[in-house]
Amino acid sequence: MKDFVSLTINGQKVKVLKGTTLFEAAKQVNINIPHLCFHEGLSLYGACRICVVEIEGRARLEPSCTTLAEEGMVVRTNTWRVRRARRMIVELLLANHPEDCFTCERNQSCELRELAYDLGVRELRFKKGRKYHYPLDLSSPAVIRDPNKCIQCSRCIRVCLEIQGVGAIDFVNRGGRTQVLTFFNKGLNNVECSNCGQCILACPTGALREKREVDEVWKAISDPKKFTIVQTAPAVRAAIGEEFGLPPGTLVTGKMVSALRRLGFDRVFDTQFSADLTIVEEAHELIERIEGKGILPMITSCSPGWIKYIEHFFPQCLEHLSTCKSPQQMFGALAKTYYAQKIDIPPEDMYVVSIMPCTAKKFEARREEMKASGFRDVDAVLTTREAARMIKEAGIDFVNLEDEDFDEPLGISTGAGVIFGATGGVMEAALRTAYELLTKKELKEIEFKQVRGMQGIKKAEVLINGLKLKVAVAHGLSNARILLEEVKEGRSPYHFIEIMACPGGCLGGGGQPLPTNLKVREARANALYREDRNKGIRKSHQNPALIMLYKEFLGKPLSDKAHHLLHTSYVSRGLGN
Amino acid sequence: MKERLKQILNSYHNQREALLPCLHLIQKEEGGLSEEIALFLAKELNLPPVEVYSVASFYSMFTVKQQKAKYIIRVCVSLPCYLKGSDKILEVLHKELGINSGEVSADKKFFIEEVSCLGACGKAPVMLINETLYDNLTPEKVREIISQLKDENSTEEYSQTGL
Ligand code: SF4
Ligand code: SF4
Ligand code: FES
Ligand code: FES
Repeated sequence: MKDFVSLTINGQKVKVLKGTTLFEAAKQVNINIPHLCFHEGLSLYGACRICVVEIEGRARLEPSCTTLAEEGMVVRTNTWRVRRARRMIVELLLANHPEDCFTCERNQSCELRELAYDLGVRELRFKKGRKYHYPLDLSSPAVIRDPNKCIQCSRCIRVCLEIQGVGAIDFVNRGGRTQVLTFFNKGLNNVECSNCGQCILACPTGALREKREVDEVWKAISDPKKFTIVQTAPAVRAAIGEEFGLPPGTLVTGKMVSALRRLGFDRVFDTQFSADLTIVEEAHELIERIEGKGILPMITSCSPGWIKYIEHFFPQCLEHLSTCKSPQQMFGALAKTYYAQKIDIPPEDMYVVSIMPCTAKKFEARREEMKASGFRDVDAVLTTREAARMIKEAGIDFVNLEDEDFDEPLGISTGAGVIFGATGGVMEAALRTAYELLTKKELKEIEFKQVRGMQGIKKAEVLINGLKLKVAVAHGLSNARILLEEVKEGRSPYHFIEIMACPGGCLGGGGQPLPTNLKVREARANALYREDRNKGIRKSHQNPALIMLYKEFLGKPLSDKAHHLLHTSYVSRGLGN
Repeated sequence: MKERLKQILNSYHNQREALLPCLHLIQKEEGGLSEEIALFLAKELNLPPVEVYSVASFYSMFTVKQQKAKYIIRVCVSLPCYLKGSDKILEVLHKELGINSGEVSADKKFFIEEVSCLGACGKAPVMLINETLYDNLTPEKVREIISQLKDENSTEEYSQTGL
């Protein structure tokens, strides 16, 4: 067994694979070593030194996150020397840190605050520490950076480069003047940032956060002239319970609906309705492209982070994108036309709010292209976290709420709409519909397990009417890049590609509760697939509200009216701006 | 400029190692890195643009053309200079020029920057004004230097420096 090494940690014998860090080895004997710059899924950095341990025979304390376990090592993670060193590091970080925890957006999710508490820091000893007064980066409608709260762990830089393949931010300057900045300090909105918000999920402090729209929404709710409509994305119901102490993977659809009604929204609708609509439009577009020899592969267009990414990095591939708007935008466009007519309320008096697991949706809602009704399709976008805060602010006892149902008709959805929130879900939903459209036969085996799960790129082949339909699914933009290089070079073997900007899909979006890690993502995905199984109807084109919508209003899929309201175009952006 | 940079890039097979030699040339020939050239290098080297900016900003001797000022005053605030009173030097500069560190004077003539060790600790405290090093500084000496620079009248425009 020479691939294993044995060592002792705090007197306990541990056997681990060669190449395991002390940090990971300690986990195996249920010891959690505090850490700041270490972050799941990212390269090792070894900068903060919070994770130091004592190793017998070595004079210095060593960082456990980068030190590999060796045969016979004797490690102590909890000695006086170690504790003193860790405490000192936190105290020094606090010496430079703004003392405004009360009003910090990340008050409940700050790892620095938690560490200070856990490590027994009970006094700010270094009072003369230099506090910074750098300007905030407020350029982006989605993500805000406050350099004054940055502890320079580089987690945001690494997630942006390694997981998202974007590289919008990096350390600039040196020593005490180091800051995390964008290219020439132009601001996140003026560089190739995708607005995905993965950096927010990675940041241990309040240095990164979403642009808050809570107060705009409160204002609209209390304005008697405004008819407020709220829509909620699939991934929200699988996660918002976490904000109220429920375990990850708890489905709270009914409670969420009651809570939103209690906040005062006039209608509580479901983005899953328009997700079904997206599927029907997109499946027809795919068939049209395959039969009419249009541009293939066709690539999904529902993830706004992904859209901004392709506009910057692969502008030559824009024609591969489906022209379908995302479900959020389709919903808004229909609310202010179809539904406005139905209930006879002028669209200018409507205020459409969406609750999204996503920060990039804030950017999407503000795009120039998204005004099909003559008004902004969507007026305000709240992240899952912001919505939870409103519910708390309103004093609603979320956990004990009775379940309620969405309003009709824009609240009616199928199982295919539910799984939109997970990587592979759009593909699976589209296949369910495309199969039946092409074969005119009932699809019996409706679960396409090959495209489920957390593997970065998933591939499948489906036989439909003698056509071997080749599909691929990627999540996380660095995985998307791999598929896009093939498309760019004209050697992509696929007909249809699904891409979601965030790891895990929307359920791992930048607007979701913290922490969002692999385990949490998996739990949320399971919840969505459970909800799919519980739905009576699991194919988008069978959604009765949708059938009515086409009959009463749109005519048929890809009709002129559908094109005008539900489809869009893209912008070529390029790098550095 | 781009042609000459291409030569350097070629000799390094467009690997990232070419970045520092390129920055040296840019500094010598153009007095600092502009956005346009940074973007050019990023594309050639297949690096995120911000990484080029990051590297250039790391070294005090490279300037990033961002703020327009004729004189870029870089005051070392690392430990040895600090012990020898760099804070007093800064105080005088702030007062004489009416700006804080990181700011440009209204006439676009002066920009004060606090930097890390300039490698002249033996003669601490030190400051660098554009390419000239001033050492063994005292508040009096600083006042004198500044009043000389203030007096001379010239209209050339300089554009340089990091944040
Ligand atoms: S929002 Fe996404 S793309 Fe933008 S800086 Fe953060 S991680 Fe990078
Ligand atoms: S912004 Fe947050 S994640 Fe990025 S370096 Fe600073 S503290 Fe770390
Ligand atoms: S967590 Fe190990 S050095 Fe930061
Ligand atoms: S500390 Fe100032 S020059 Fe080295």
